[in-house]
Amino acid sequence: MASKAVYSHRDPMLKKRDDFEDMLEERRNSSDLRYALKCYTPVLYKGLTPCKVSELKQMVLQSDQLGYVITQVSKEKGVTLDEVTGEAAAILEEMAQRLQLSTVRFFAFTLSKVFKTLFRSICVNEEGLQRLQQAIHNHPVVLLPSHRSYMDFLLMSYILYTYDLALPVIAAGMDFMGMKVVGEMLRMSGAFFIRRSFGGDKLYWAVFSEYVKIMLKNGYAPVEFFLEGTRSRTAKSLTPKLGLLNIVMDPFLKGEVFDISLVPVSISYERTLEEALYARELLGVPKPKESTSGLFKARKILSEDYGSIHVYFGQPVSVRSLAESRVNRSQFNLIPRHIPTRPSEEILSFVNDSAYRLVRAQEENMVLKPWVLLAFVLLQKQAAEEKQGTALDELTEQAVWLRDLSRQYGAFLHWPDHIPPSEVVSSSLSLHRGLVRISEGRVQLALEQVGGQQVPGETRGAITPEEELLNKAVVILSCASYRNQALNVFIRPALLASAIHTAASNRKQEIYNSFSFLRNMFSNEFILCPGATVQDFEEACYLLVKTGTLQINQQEVLITERGHRTLAFLTSVLNPFLQGYQVVCRFLCEQDGLTEKQFIPAVRKFIIKHLLTGRLRYIEVLSSDLQKNALAALIRLGAVQKIKGGEEQGTLKLNKVMLNSLEDTLAGKMPRQSCYVKGPIEEQGPYYSDLRYFQQFIFC
Amino acid sequence: MASNSSGSDSSDRQRIAQQRLSVIAGHLQRPVEGNSGILAAECKAQGDKLDVSSERRTVPRRRQEIMKWNGWGYSDSKFLYNKKGQAEFTGKRYRLSGMIIPGLREWMESTFGANLQHKTPAAPILNSSVVQPPTLNEAFLKELKSTGIPFSHDAEDRVFRSHGHCLHEIFALREGKIGRVPDLVVWPNCHNDVVKIVELACKHNVCLIPYGGGTSVSSALECPPEETRSIVSLDTSQMNRILWIDEKNLTAHVEAGIVGQDLERLLNESGYCTGHEPDSMEFSSLGGWVATRASGMKKNIYGNIEDLVVHIKMVTPRGVIEKSCQGPRMSTGPDVHHFIMGSEGTLGVVTEVTMKIRPMPEYQKYGSVVFPNFEMGVACLREVARQRCAPASIRLMDNEQFKFGHALKPQVSSIFTSFLDGLKKFYITKFKGFDPNRLCVATLLFEGDREKVLQHEKQVYDIAAKFGGLAAGEDNGQRGYMLTFVIAYLRDLGMDYYVIGESFETSVPWDRVLDICRNVKARIVRECKDKGVQFPPLSTCRVTQTYDAGACVYFYFAFNYRGLSDPVHVYEQVEHAAREEILANGGSLSHHHGVGKLRKEWMRETISSVGMGMLKSVKDYVDPNNIFGNRNLL
Repeated sequence: MASKAVYSHRDPMLKKRDDFEDMLEERRNSSDLRYALKCYTPVLYKGLTPCKVSELKQMVLQSDQLGYVITQVSKEKGVTLDEVTGEAAAILEEMAQRLQLSTVRFFAFTLSKVFKTLFRSICVNEEGLQRLQQAIHNHPVVLLPSHRSYMDFLLMSYILYTYDLALPVIAAGMDFMGMKVVGEMLRMSGAFFIRRSFGGDKLYWAVFSEYVKIMLKNGYAPVEFFLEGTRSRTAKSLTPKLGLLNIVMDPFLKGEVFDISLVPVSISYERTLEEALYARELLGVPKPKESTSGLFKARKILSEDYGSIHVYFGQPVSVRSLAESRVNRSQFNLIPRHIPTRPSEEILSFVNDSAYRLVRAQEENMVLKPWVLLAFVLLQKQAAEEKQGTALDELTEQAVWLRDLSRQYGAFLHWPDHIPPSEVVSSSLSLHRGLVRISEGRVQLALEQVGGQQVPGETRGAITPEEELLNKAVVILSCASYRNQALNVFIRPALLASAIHTAASNRKQEIYNSFSFLRNMFSNEFILCPGATVQDFEEACYLLVKTGTLQINQQEVLITERGHRTLAFLTSVLNPFLQGYQVVCRFLCEQDGLTEKQFIPAVRKFIIKHLLTGRLRYIEVLSSDLQKNALAALIRLGAVQKIKGGEEQGTLKLNKVMLNSLEDTLAGKMPRQSCYVKGPIEEQGPYYSDLRYFQQFIFC
Repeated sequence: MASNSSGSDSSDRQRIAQQRLSVIAGHLQRPVEGNSGILAAECKAQGDKLDVSSERRTVPRRRQEIMKWNGWGYSDSKFLYNKKGQAEFTGKRYRLSGMIIPGLREWMESTFGANLQHKTPAAPILNSSVVQPPTLNEAFLKELKSTGIPFSHDAEDRVFRSHGHCLHEIFALREGKIGRVPDLVVWPNCHNDVVKIVELACKHNVCLIPYGGGTSVSSALECPPEETRSIVSLDTSQMNRILWIDEKNLTAHVEAGIVGQDLERLLNESGYCTGHEPDSMEFSSLGGWVATRASGMKKNIYGNIEDLVVHIKMVTPRGVIEKSCQGPRMSTGPDVHHFIMGSEGTLGVVTEVTMKIRPMPEYQKYGSVVFPNFEMGVACLREVARQRCAPASIRLMDNEQFKFGHALKPQVSSIFTSFLDGLKKFYITKFKGFDPNRLCVATLLFEGDREKVLQHEKQVYDIAAKFGGLAAGEDNGQRGYMLTFVIAYLRDLGMDYYVIGESFETSVPWDRVLDICRNVKARIVRECKDKGVQFPPLSTCRVTQTYDAGACVYFYFAFNYRGLSDPVHVYEQVEHAAREEILANGGSLSHHHGVGKLRKEWMRETISSVGMGMLKSVKDYVDPNNIFGNRNLL
């Protein structure tokens, strides 16, 4: 177990967090114009040698790193150096930002207007900003915001401008460039554009990585990018992408800078602008191409109330301290540093662990609104098919219970304690009135369409059962996206609860094995640091013991009297996912010659069929995100193999014995428990040894 | 501005050059008493050899007669604050001797937060009662007596040979703390004496630790505390003759105990020099240079010790190792000299060395260049190295060290000089726009015949100009080199006022120089903070040597330790971290200080396990019973 200290294991209750200030308040009381034209003099990096945008490009083109690759490419392709250099310059031209204060001021002005209309407040932890200022002064800084909305990076720059902090340069997906005017505007507010995929293109990679590194090393500006790579449609954090993180850590690892500060930023929206849009996307309505008009449609009606935004600037994480006693930096001593080399296993696993740690830091500082807890309750009720809805009192009682539980688990919950809970609940409900229906004091999700407003843009007409199901699913997935915001709080206890539920006995070892299986199964679904099974298990045990749910002695895990309610809740948290993964296994078992491309449409069809016949309980298993994650997990576990190259490119080769077995195991029919206890792997047959293999993989 | 080219003051310059040589050579009067015993023990075998050396010797058997027991250098030379609170350097030996240094106090106060009120005086005299009584091997002693080789088990003699000049060693002495010391000191007078001693040591299983000049900064002289045998310190200081000079081949055959200043002085008398001038050359010995792979500041002309040595004779427990001829280069398998060089006293005692010599340079000239920042300075040095036109010495000090050098300016006597200084400062900072907090300075030393020196000088200044360098006069250059000799004395002054520090070095490829300088300095600052040091430390560096493929970098590190309960431990932790940082940034474990016991832990990762095995097997063959048991290196 290599990554012992990926994150510190301490009581989440004791987590100290800063207070928030509403930055819109001042905007409502003073002139936006004067604000947009204010004197802007940010603190800069102490080692900064100021340079212009054009000089920056020159530095990239003249760098040894790029020079080396240009020579290489020119030899390989048999074209002249000049041509390749020209190509590199063109790539750079396409990519580069042109940060301009005037554009930023323009955005500051318009965004003030827009934000004031859309949001009640934008709350920021000012202490975090002070820490950031200090960090910017001392070392090159990388800003790592969570990504839930298009708004994110405009919002980031807006905040930094407001607080007189250095404006970042932002890595943005090329798709934004499609929006002509806006694309250029974004470029002038610091965005630089990267292609979504450039796998084999050496030259592109070299230009891109050198460009980022030079801006970072010279302290030109904080570099901002999204660890998750793309907006999370489900509001769960996505498995971090490592490419850019690798690039920004490189200057430290190669000794070109003394240290680099990574600053996780958690942005939480009380109501996501893209709410229904995401849900439809997950259901297979294709993602609209990012176009200027689309952006405006995305936030549709300016008059709607989107509640508040909380932005939390986390504690800067020093790459140096992350790497300490983890990475042997002298591995770079023997090859000139400008020659690109594939990162070693050691570096890759270090970057990966760091990425998880940073995503967890983002998660931990996400502000949760009471509505998030209501979403848990409402979804569970819906799944239990309580058709008449939940009485307000009961909903309130459950929400309060959940409030206390989530706080004990360290959730950063913004529940206004000075207001009676019933009012908190009803105001939350009213903000999300599109998703709920209240009649006669009973609340339920707005699944039956009454006025047709719930599902934006849907035309009324003769509705097929399938369409009706999809309409319901839109509401459910929208609601799930709020519930998901708090999944990270419950995931470890929930895995443990499910493990207890399915394990054949209450022996600790057996429960651990069960836990480990589930954790392994769901590690594409939730942020679970690789190799930290033991820590996660201990953390979950700690929380459940502390809250009086369990008693754990040397060998056994015992459920307390009052623990049943908690365990029931926690188990139900994981249930939709368990069912989703099962149905994917079932589906695959019934297939022959499926390609990766066909997978999502086919599995969706399969699920719809089963939902309509009532054999599946959870409508949210229609989420393509869940289906993709399940497939990725099965591939990782070896139950499915993706054929690469040849005529069968992309075909999925299925190990049906294993799929069957996994399905059973997920369903709680567990031949599995015994296998871990019994003894050596060799006795267990291929599937177990496979599983065991992956366990080891995760352990090492 | 400062002129480098006018001819009118050339005689003055020659005078200064002469003066410099006399700095090195000028304090060499042998104490009248103290060596009668040595004369009595004169090797008979030497009688028929040509002894060209004069009888004057710098280092007496009883080092305590002229040297400090708990600090650097001569007893009569030290920095102190006089009654007026001004810094002063005592004695008559150095150019700075007897002078007031007006800027030093303020520099010390502002750099370290030191205060003249807060003193940490050293124990004034060595208290012999704290020295453990010697563990003597009677049989060995008895036979040793019969050889007539002088020896002593006097406490002072033993304590003097129990340490080098690492901070922790000196700090402990100042506190009067004395650990394991050698049980006996012997002073062989010639090669044959050494042969006898080594034979006896093998016969009676006695641990031998060779001792040359005692300037080690790698804990190499520390007696291993786990050593239970009697430890005999073999002091080579009395083996200090030049046995012959061969003018046809330009070589000299020298006994290995000779110290640098004597070697140069004696060769100078015949019109020659070796040109090997490590910073410690006043006290370090030829044998020590060979045993640690020493490097001299003028290596660009003369080479490092491995380039200078033609022939080595070493006495080992297996017998004497030497080559059969003095051919300038051989293809006879791996060069056995390279087992000897850098062996740090673990294999035997180097007794005689044939070295290359050169006619004394006709002309010497100092110089200096100011650069707007360190980056430009390094770029310039790199270019100089690329063009292979480095002067005898070229060193680049960073901004902090430049300021430090400035603080050491002695009081100027004439108003005119101070006016001129002011003018220079104005020109550089205001007119040329150099930031006084960023600029840095390179010091230069040219050597050779006059015409070539001037030509060479022009070439170097032309390169410097391309990197924004401005010639800043000979005086700055000369002061830079003088600093080299007095810096160790300064540490003693610091230690009187809660300031401890040391220097350490590395070598690194050119492309890493800037990165290593920045990162190591920053690491030192951070570690000090983390370890609870209350005041910001001095963390500074200079590039002291250039090579085709890289450079040698020196770090100076010092801090005010008020408020720390165990300052030496903190110091060692920080130095350890700094070394880790050096290695992580592509620097070597050592350029010329050696490994000793201080840096042993990194040897395996430095030379690989196979490399360790190779060295180990040589040790096992040459010295199976670990007679040379100082436990350095491996």
